[in-house]
Amino acid sequence: MEQNVIIQKGYSRLKKTRALFIGGLLAALVILIGLAVTLGSADFTVGESYLAILAGLFPGTFTAPGMAGIIVWDYRLHRVLFAVVAGFGLAVAGCVMQGILRNPLASPFTLGIASAATTGASIAIVLGAGVAGGEFLVIGNAFLFALLAALAIYGMARYRGIGSETMVLAGIAVMYLFSAVTSLLQYVGSAEELRAVVFWTFGSVDKSTWPKLAIVSLVLACTIPYLLYRAWDLNALAEGDEVAASLGVPVERSMMVMMMIASLITAVIICFTGTIGFIGLVAPHITRMAIGGDFRTLLPASGLVGALLLLSADSIARSVLAPQVLPVGIVTAFLGVPFFIYLFLHRRSA
Amino acid sequence: MALLSVEELSFAYRDREVLRGITFSVDAGEVLGLVGPNGCGKTTLIRCADGMLSPHNGRVMFKGKELGTMHRREVARAMAYVPQSTGNRTSSTVFETVLMGRRPYLNWTVSCADEDKVAEALRLLDLEGLALRKVGELSGGERQRVMIARALVQETGVVLLDEPTSNLDVCHQMGVMEVLRGLAEEKGLAIVIALHDLNLAATYCHRLLVLSAGSIYSYGAPEEVLTEEMLGSVYGIEAVVKRDLPAPYVVPIRPGRVREGV
Repeated sequence: MEQNVIIQKGYSRLKKTRALFIGGLLAALVILIGLAVTLGSADFTVGESYLAILAGLFPGTFTAPGMAGIIVWDYRLHRVLFAVVAGFGLAVAGCVMQGILRNPLASPFTLGIASAATTGASIAIVLGAGVAGGEFLVIGNAFLFALLAALAIYGMARYRGIGSETMVLAGIAVMYLFSAVTSLLQYVGSAEELRAVVFWTFGSVDKSTWPKLAIVSLVLACTIPYLLYRAWDLNALAEGDEVAASLGVPVERSMMVMMMIASLITAVIICFTGTIGFIGLVAPHITRMAIGGDFRTLLPASGLVGALLLLSADSIARSVLAPQVLPVGIVTAFLGVPFFIYLFLHRRSA
Repeated sequence: MALLSVEELSFAYRDREVLRGITFSVDAGEVLGLVGPNGCGKTTLIRCADGMLSPHNGRVMFKGKELGTMHRREVARAMAYVPQSTGNRTSSTVFETVLMGRRPYLNWTVSCADEDKVAEALRLLDLEGLALRKVGELSGGERQRVMIARALVQETGVVLLDEPTSNLDVCHQMGVMEVLRGLAEEKGLAIVIALHDLNLAATYCHRLLVLSAGSIYSYGAPEEVLTEEMLGSVYGIEAVVKRDLPAPYVVPIRPGRVREGV
């Protein structure tokens, strides 16, 4: 009995470490949001940025100094928060895909969903054809094609027998197919159209607005609680289909529902941002290395790591060659890859 | 009433029939060993018995209730399964992997009682020192014991194990079989184990079911089932079965060698 108490105390320590890790990430995110909002040509301090944010939230209680309120709320905060929710969503989507497919390389990008969104955007840019008009021509196409890719993966997996291997193979097939279509469109497009397509593939949060932020936030608010609720199913699926089934998980239905949710999250983000790769692949790995594989904590912690990564990358992208803004997708890779390699090698040697 | 009963079960992968007319039952407190050569259908039979595969004919019942009419979670509370492979090299700790066995009872949070059951299973399988190690860092044998511990915390009436001792040394093989036999007898579990080691099966199983090319060749107590004739017909080997020990003991003979001195 005494031995049982020792084991349980060890597990309690592990739970506390995880809670601390998530708390630390939240604190870092709050600090980084303040720093990111401060970055820019208008000159005010971090303290004034926080004050401006608080003044917008509680108008009677706080007062924004000078022009800070207008600059923060009209120009900067929605971009910063968009980077946070986009990073959070992409990391959670990658985490879910890696879990259900039991493949460390699974992410919205390796499974062809981003590739399909690029094709949709390219059709809009090069051919001017799309499901929506005006501002939403590119966005609508990217969203639709991303979901079409997810449905194609689902269809093929359903035909062949749903399992992690079939879904990964179907995803790779979809990725190559859509990449080929995009290449064809780039080949026939004019130089200007080609430039626009290539720029779209870099990924950026430049075009964020409050309504776009609201749409992405709403989708995350509706889907992530469900994923968290099914965290035990994700834990079981990570152990293998047979084990999950023997633990009472409806394997096929769970895999498909979670795959579609991860695809929806990805689609709604990348249709506004273009292809921001890497976050969905790396954030879950970094988190898993830090706090292990329990999806009850892995999902939110991965989301926070993804938010921190994307926000850091966007802040660097805005400031390193200011007033020129680098595409965030490029900075994400420059920032994340060395960090990931360091962690990977460090953990392996340890 | 038998805890697990299988009646006239047949199963085919596409056109290839793998199991034909399998009928057997396992009572509370009984350990049934499934033996037979590679490819004879042991794993498929275990998967059908756990409801992961739907038989083409026949039925599987838990306490007289047909598996097909039960909800998946209900089946998970009735039957636990230990797969042949020792799991993925996940980054979960041993404690969490075993805790997953409580999934059929859990909503989201884990109670102290659940944690206590995990600690107890770890202690039973000599894993308490590894509780916070990652499963991916363990040896094959240690991982196998983790899988068994997970099945135990599932607290089911029936436990189905597919070659659970294949990665273990003789000491741990006996340790695991002792635990399983003890649990069957003390807690009234019905345990079905697919085994390759006939001597281990004879030592620890109350009854053996010999499968040959998807059909039952023989079914009964080890003393009745383990015969030189069965070993010749089912495995295609010449062997002597020694009967002057507490359990029958199979001694294979190299082809062309004289049986003297065995």
